[in-house]
Amino acid sequence: MTECNKNNNFNSNLIILLMKNKLIKATLIFSIVTFFGACKPKTTADAISGNAAQKVYVAPGEHDEFYSFTSGGFSGQVAVYGIPSGRLLKVLPVFSQDPETGYGYGEDTKPMLNTSHGFVPWGDQHHLAVSQTDGEYDGRWLFANENNTPRVARLDLTTFTTDEIIEIPNSAGNHSSPFVTDNNEYVVAGTRFSVPFEDEDGDIPISTYADNFSGAITFIKVDPQSGRMAIDFQLKTPPVNYDLSRTGKGASSGWFFFSTYNTEKAHTLLEVNASQNDKDFILALNWKKIAEMVKEGKGRKVKADYAHNVYDHNTHSATSTILNEVHVLDIEDLEGVAYYIPCPKSPHGADVDPSGEYIVGSGKLASLIPVFSFSKMMKAIEDKKFDGDYDGIPVLNYEAVLHGEVQKPGLGPLHTEFDANGNAYTSFFVSSEVVKWNVKTLEVVDRQPTYYSTGHLTVAGGNTKKPYGKYLVAWNKITKDRYLPTGPELAQSAQLFDISGEKMELLLDFPTIGEPHYAQIVPASLIVDKQKRIYDINANNHKYVVKNENDTRVERSGNRVDVYMTLIRTHITPDNIEGIRMGDEVYFHITNLEQDWDLPHGFAVMGNNNSEVLILPGETRTMKWVPTKVGIIPMYCTDFCSALHQEMQGYIRVSPAGSNTPLRYGTGDNAPKE
Amino acid sequence: MKSAQKSLHSTTRILVGIAGAVLFIALFVPIWQIQLTAPQYPEGLELFIHADKLTGDVQIINGLNHYIGMKELHKDDFIEFTVLPYIIVALGLIGLLTAVVNRKGLFFFWIIFFALFGILTIIRFYLWLYDYGHNLDPTAPIQVPGMSYQPPMIGYKKLLNFGAYSIPATGGWIMIGAVVMAVWAFLKEVKFKKKKI
Repeated sequence: MTECNKNNNFNSNLIILLMKNKLIKATLIFSIVTFFGACKPKTTADAISGNAAQKVYVAPGEHDEFYSFTSGGFSGQVAVYGIPSGRLLKVLPVFSQDPETGYGYGEDTKPMLNTSHGFVPWGDQHHLAVSQTDGEYDGRWLFANENNTPRVARLDLTTFTTDEIIEIPNSAGNHSSPFVTDNNEYVVAGTRFSVPFEDEDGDIPISTYADNFSGAITFIKVDPQSGRMAIDFQLKTPPVNYDLSRTGKGASSGWFFFSTYNTEKAHTLLEVNASQNDKDFILALNWKKIAEMVKEGKGRKVKADYAHNVYDHNTHSATSTILNEVHVLDIEDLEGVAYYIPCPKSPHGADVDPSGEYIVGSGKLASLIPVFSFSKMMKAIEDKKFDGDYDGIPVLNYEAVLHGEVQKPGLGPLHTEFDANGNAYTSFFVSSEVVKWNVKTLEVVDRQPTYYSTGHLTVAGGNTKKPYGKYLVAWNKITKDRYLPTGPELAQSAQLFDISGEKMELLLDFPTIGEPHYAQIVPASLIVDKQKRIYDINANNHKYVVKNENDTRVERSGNRVDVYMTLIRTHITPDNIEGIRMGDEVYFHITNLEQDWDLPHGFAVMGNNNSEVLILPGETRTMKWVPTKVGIIPMYCTDFCSALHQEMQGYIRVSPAGSNTPLRYGTGDNAPKE
Repeated sequence: MKSAQKSLHSTTRILVGIAGAVLFIALFVPIWQIQLTAPQYPEGLELFIHADKLTGDVQIINGLNHYIGMKELHKDDFIEFTVLPYIIVALGLIGLLTAVVNRKGLFFFWIIFFALFGILTIIRFYLWLYDYGHNLDPTAPIQVPGMSYQPPMIGYKKLLNFGAYSIPATGGWIMIGAVVMAVWAFLKEVKFKKKKI
């Protein structure tokens, strides 16, 4: 035997040994099983197709197809994004002060933020509703809610400004708001926090919640011509929480549907105590009938203070009025207009499909989606298929109203919108996805992950009778690693999906301001042609307007000084002012004489304990200044207006209190001389 | 002849010695790990079980568990964390001793000790997983009818929106290695005995 052979023998012996040896085999098998058993299943990678970039690229000079009016959440403002580019076009000041424009700082807009609690500089803006005509967007107004100090705002979509804010009395937590009826007859607001009404004693123990606290559903009438809002009536309800609501349309026109939770009537640790009941309700309300009852004289007047603030584009200023009375009906006293539909479990959304026949309940702790049928509901009411009542309101039998349930759609459904092809899109917070399902067959068609944990979603026109479809945006609550990190505080994330095909396709991922709770996606064509470019100086009826440089002046009345000023490229008139004294209150009334497109001027005074004001062409703005130091104080235009913007400046001479420096002013040859 | 029967095969001594020695490492590294993934946790969550403590995202996991009513994980709730280090030290020392002293009796004692320890640990681990997964707070906010959250003992299991992977950590692999060596040594001894006859 050669060495070679010996080696071969050894090798083959080793192999035989290895194969025969049970121990080694066992170890091998064990290791393999452990390894594969512990293998992470592959997750489906993002299937971003190649042409996603093309679908969202809006070339330089081109415009987006849609406006997305997006709520700012705790920023208090409304953001306007272009879809499909996801570009931020503007942030509109609504419920929070905006030092950039002077909204809520300048004398003309401060009244907008007045409430029965006094001046409130911040709001929590959750939901938006574009005005509707016959169940479709008409692009005239945008309604916005304030969740903290209950208010509803109306924005004018020709000027993109907040033109009216009405406070809602007897309310707290104005969350289920604003939702319009299908022909904009009413803007409806429901409460999330039940409280005692204003005509009751509010100084009571919190633990008497179930007996003494009430929810409120408010119907604000909208004038079809001017848009002017007025509270027509309020419903006083048992202390349940209203989350979201939707108008009926088509078949269900005249009805309104509210998701309610906390039927447990908990007032503490709601996380646990409001999650105990297996089913809460969807409240179905026949508002048309109730409105008729009000006309017939039903209900009573309740004394309650609430502010109504209106901005006028001709006087370029706002006025605030405190109203004292509101019409209230107790829901238990009304027959045949209110019904509860049982809905699992702590429902967030109650969404009505385009036909008006199907009502989708999204229970945020539920593992299925119930879909109710309006015609079945009407039949159940007729046949009196009730399962008792809850605080006097009949509770309909679940099965009698149910069209069907979507089984195992995902975890934590929140909110549903629709396209024009009979599909529903539901957002899932816990399983972080959007699920597309067929409304009639209740079958899941597609699911796509969102990054991460989506709250609401918006389909273009998704809450109307004729959705535009095409795009869906998921507004997410968790951002983490989606974009470049910006310290511990991150912007919220949003994903844009193409929903024109069978499967949803992720196109774009973009960060948002504040926290979008909801949005309305409107075709640009509905809005662009009605846009205002300037304000006509001839229509300017501001109390302190100056339409001519020759009319500029400074007047003193005791400690009050009024400066009547004009701005036009590229000088301030008057730009030299003397005779101001310590202890004065100075009001600058500034008129922008330009009548050209995109020519605002800004105005600021050194050391002013106030923000600047931005003045659009043809507008007048009043800014208050209390001098803080003796000496020379510069002023200037802050918004780049022309080639010589840097030269648009002036000086103010402040003399000590009680001095007798004469009041002199002027520009150029008119400026005060030695 | 008789003295030869009482002593161990040289391979056995080496194996047991190494097994005993490496067991000490298990005192300083995690023994088992549970990796969690969820759509809203791109960074992942992890739980490491050491001989004497829990490390990893224990606080975050406890925070999430309260939604489903699962008990919080606290080191002081597990007597195992006090006892385990001593058992591992004992196993290690006896292993080393066996290699040095070269006595069959001690070797078999070590084997039985090791085997009992392994079986009891596995049973205990399973019982803990069952307890935590099934004894849920009835007032928990999220209640899926019929759902329990028993994490897997080994391998992968989906629990609501979380994927849980239960796999050995460094210490665990070392122990598995020690078990392999122990079994190998045991078979060596038993076969050797048979051969003699």
